[in-house]
Amino acid sequence: MELLQRFVAGELDAFESLFRQHQRDVYRWIVRIVRDPAMAEDLTVETFWRMHRGRAGFNPEGNFTAWLRRIATNLALDHLRRRRPYVDLPDELAAEQKPDSAVQQQTRLALRKAFAELPPRLRVVAQLGLVENETYPEIAEALGISSGAVKTRMFRAVRLLRKKLQRSGVHP
Amino acid sequence: MKNGLEDGMKDPLQGNEFNGMREKLRDALPPLQQPELRRDLWPDMLRRIEQTPVRVPWFDWALLAISGAAAICFPALIPALVYHL
Repeated sequence: MELLQRFVAGELDAFESLFRQHQRDVYRWIVRIVRDPAMAEDLTVETFWRMHRGRAGFNPEGNFTAWLRRIATNLALDHLRRRRPYVDLPDELAAEQKPDSAVQQQTRLALRKAFAELPPRLRVVAQLGLVENETYPEIAEALGISSGAVKTRMFRAVRLLRKKLQRSGVHP
Repeated sequence: MKNGLEDGMKDPLQGNEFNGMREKLRDALPPLQQPELRRDLWPDMLRRIEQTPVRVPWFDWALLAISGAAAICFPALIPALVYHL
């Protein structure tokens, strides 16, 4: 029997195989959204737990990776809705930043604050599209929306960012 | 290497109005450098599975309550119920 069919039938071995095959990808996807490694680990486990619980509704012929990513994205989005407005990125994860002037630093801080204040459904799109450079179709599939809706959210996110920056005296 | 928003679809952020925003955002919130999972999460997963209490559907509880009430109100039904079990 195929691995996915065995998983849907409730075999723990099959679930373990799927978990070991996909845990890294799920973690990488979630940590890009939540930018918190410890939380991303918890959400990865929660993603697989939901997948395990909802296995009866999964069609083994369907797109398993897309299903898994959709669950992961929804959980990450829920987390963004619940958590405090801004959590700074741990240094070991971020790309190295160049030394900069006081003005650049002020712009950067204002932008981080403005970004953290975006509504989560806009923030997740901007995070994946603008920062992590994911494609529109990928973001659309992960969120379960159309590419057109992704474009619209992206547009609104950038417009809102600009407004917030202008209000705080920074001109992007 | 993925092309991201640069190609594939018309990007609403390519106009003059938005020039530089992506660059500034990537500077303020640097993209993650191939984030790697630091440990195997399978033991956590197993714990999560084991911790989950067995859920009894509400209608099972309702059935139990009705049976209990019937046994108290009509004790004569008990032999009939036992017979059918």
